[in-house]
Amino acid sequence: MANRVAICAVAQTKFEPGKKDQRFQGMLWEVIKSVREQTGLDFSEHGIQGAITVSDDVFDARTISDGGITDVVGAHYGSEEKVAADGAQGVYYAAATILSGHHEVVLLTGHCKESQAISRNMVTHLAFDPFFTRPVGLDYLSAAALQARAYMDRSGITETQLADLVVRARQWAAKNPAAQETTPLTREEVMAAPMAADPIRGSFMYPVSDGAIAMILATEKRAAEFTDKPVWITGLGNCYDGFFLGERDLSGNFALERAAQRAYAMAKIADPKTAFDLVEISDQYAHQLPQYAEGLGVCPPSGGNQWLSDGGPDRQNVNRSGGMITGNPLMLGGMARVAEAVLQLRGEAGARQVAGAKRAVAQGATGPAGQCQTVVIVEN
Amino acid sequence: MKRKNRNVAIIGSGMSRFSSHREEVNQPEMIHEAVVEALEDANLTLDDIDCVLHGNMELFEMVHQPDMWHVLGDGGWGKSGVRLTTGGTTGATLACAADNLVASGLHDVILAIGFEKLQEGHTTGGITNMADPLWGRSLQTGALTGLGAQKVIDEFGEERARIAAMKYRTIMDEHAMKNIKAHRRLRLERQYIKETADNSPPLAGELRMIHMCSQSDGACAVIFASEEKVKAFKANPAWVVDHETVHREETMIFGSQKSTQRAAAEKLFARAGIKNPRKEIDLFEMYDPSAWWGVDWLRDFLLLEGDEALKMIENDEITIEGAFPVNPSGGVVASNPIGATALVRVAEAAMQIRGTAGNHQVPKTVRRAMASGFGGTLWTVLMLLSKEKPE
Repeated sequence: MANRVAICAVAQTKFEPGKKDQRFQGMLWEVIKSVREQTGLDFSEHGIQGAITVSDDVFDARTISDGGITDVVGAHYGSEEKVAADGAQGVYYAAATILSGHHEVVLLTGHCKESQAISRNMVTHLAFDPFFTRPVGLDYLSAAALQARAYMDRSGITETQLADLVVRARQWAAKNPAAQETTPLTREEVMAAPMAADPIRGSFMYPVSDGAIAMILATEKRAAEFTDKPVWITGLGNCYDGFFLGERDLSGNFALERAAQRAYAMAKIADPKTAFDLVEISDQYAHQLPQYAEGLGVCPPSGGNQWLSDGGPDRQNVNRSGGMITGNPLMLGGMARVAEAVLQLRGEAGARQVAGAKRAVAQGATGPAGQCQTVVIVEN
Repeated sequence: MKRKNRNVAIIGSGMSRFSSHREEVNQPEMIHEAVVEALEDANLTLDDIDCVLHGNMELFEMVHQPDMWHVLGDGGWGKSGVRLTTGGTTGATLACAADNLVASGLHDVILAIGFEKLQEGHTTGGITNMADPLWGRSLQTGALTGLGAQKVIDEFGEERARIAAMKYRTIMDEHAMKNIKAHRRLRLERQYIKETADNSPPLAGELRMIHMCSQSDGACAVIFASEEKVKAFKANPAWVVDHETVHREETMIFGSQKSTQRAAAEKLFARAGIKNPRKEIDLFEMYDPSAWWGVDWLRDFLLLEGDEALKMIENDEITIEGAFPVNPSGGVVASNPIGATALVRVAEAAMQIRGTAGNHQVPKTVRRAMASGFGGTLWTVLMLLSKEKPE
């Protein structure tokens, strides 16, 4: 990269199962107010020059979901562009608007209220084509179940191992003020949850969640004006897999491996197993934590099972935030992972702080069974 | 002038045929038509593309995250990509994003794709759904409003305004007749301007069916490349000089606020050092959702005052052969597959610079062209392209 992009401030709402007292504009106001206070920035010409927002029309039940937030993101007679994908993609594009020379300071926001839909499966069902896959009744949950079965078959990872991951996630979530599901669970309680889509139990999937995130990104030159703890984006990578689930190797990581390779090439990372002080994975479902750890190369190829048994997640500080499985809405999984990485590198992660963290990797996924993958590397 | 990290050019574009009913193709197949044409135009293969941008408006077809399904037709498999959507401006936002992503150094060759299949949904219902459910939705009538017409009538008198709007509409149709991709090619005749408008059913106030844009199915694909790749491919480039996005909040504020069209033009021209846009820009592809808005916005985009824009229409300055051609493609009143529409404007402006517009190529050399997008709550995206490489 010719220039470096700094993340100068981060704010997130507490993630909750249904923020009935707040519309999405209200959630955004809360986090935008915070990042403005952290940086002292306003929306004048020398302040925030543009907004990159992340949201989705179907989740918001609104055509042009960014139309309702123009005023909140300060884009009245200003610039706003919306990324309609996982929030890590928003980080990807926001960084590009700075690296290109077009903006010096941008506001990045994301919002999603999964609770607005009677069932979020109704939303993701619509992602399937109306001819072949929608009539079968697929949605992202059932697609993830096919992925889970394929991955568990290949890796030999058991339901008990996945249950232990959920227990662990709750323990870390209890140390994260933004996390949603913080009640401790035992392995037996996790295993007793009813099956949602075999082999995914209700406790193995991320809960319905509402929330918003905001960040300030800036050029190296401008960042010094607002923060003495900039966090640098040093690697970005992204990749699509194919659409038909039957044409993909659901047990593998075609897209994530390529996204990671692209990010590692940019950040000049040779061995991802040792390169990171912490790893944040979008584990919408419990099996995705070891599966995506393989894809990211933070554990040996096809070594997810052994890695779990060896205590890999604890050793490599994976998902100290509690992870997506403790509650982020679908559109914000990757952005919440980047937010946690930034807080850790700034030394602001409280009781879950990784001491002296210097470099982190965050992963986000869009689409059925992680069809589109994004990898973001940050360093301080 | 804004300093870009590196130069970016458009080196190819493709479009599906635009029509009210593309029942013989599904969404990825329709997109595939545009992608194949763009690759052929640029003399590239999919292997040369490293990123695919995708955009439309989800609530028209009710397909959630359609870029997932569309990898079947857009070539995105194994490649990077971002999905961006901003309503009617989506296509222009995709062009800005392609410029940003190539200039950033993250990508060298980007395929930007906008599409819509309005036949598969309810256009006015879909647009009405953009309004705030508590405050605005019960007042919203899709994109159909008579306010634009009334504004022109109030200022210039009913007769002159109505003739100017219909003259504009007729010129656009004359252009569309030359564009084999255009959806509505009506063969309107100048001698029947008054009768054509009078006999057209009113939609809202003086906005009549004939003035309004179509509901189209169609896709557009545009290839953006870095300066290094332009050289390596020995491509025929239209360079992206700069772009500007201006939004305004959703609450309808009545009165004489500055339009986003004028605000965007002022910012863009100030950076590009353009003092007299009518002289310094050779051609304009404008997102004109209705003939009335076309008449009204031409003045704002060119920073004109009084009736100068009306005179341009009355004096035939905006025809293909005119001094300042507007929409040689026939514009949005001829074809409007919404998620593609604003990208079509950029593609058409680039085609005129590259000399690849075929039957609707303007007879003069186009050194500098401008393309606009319109969407959301009166939002504008404006892009400036040039034949010469920017400094």
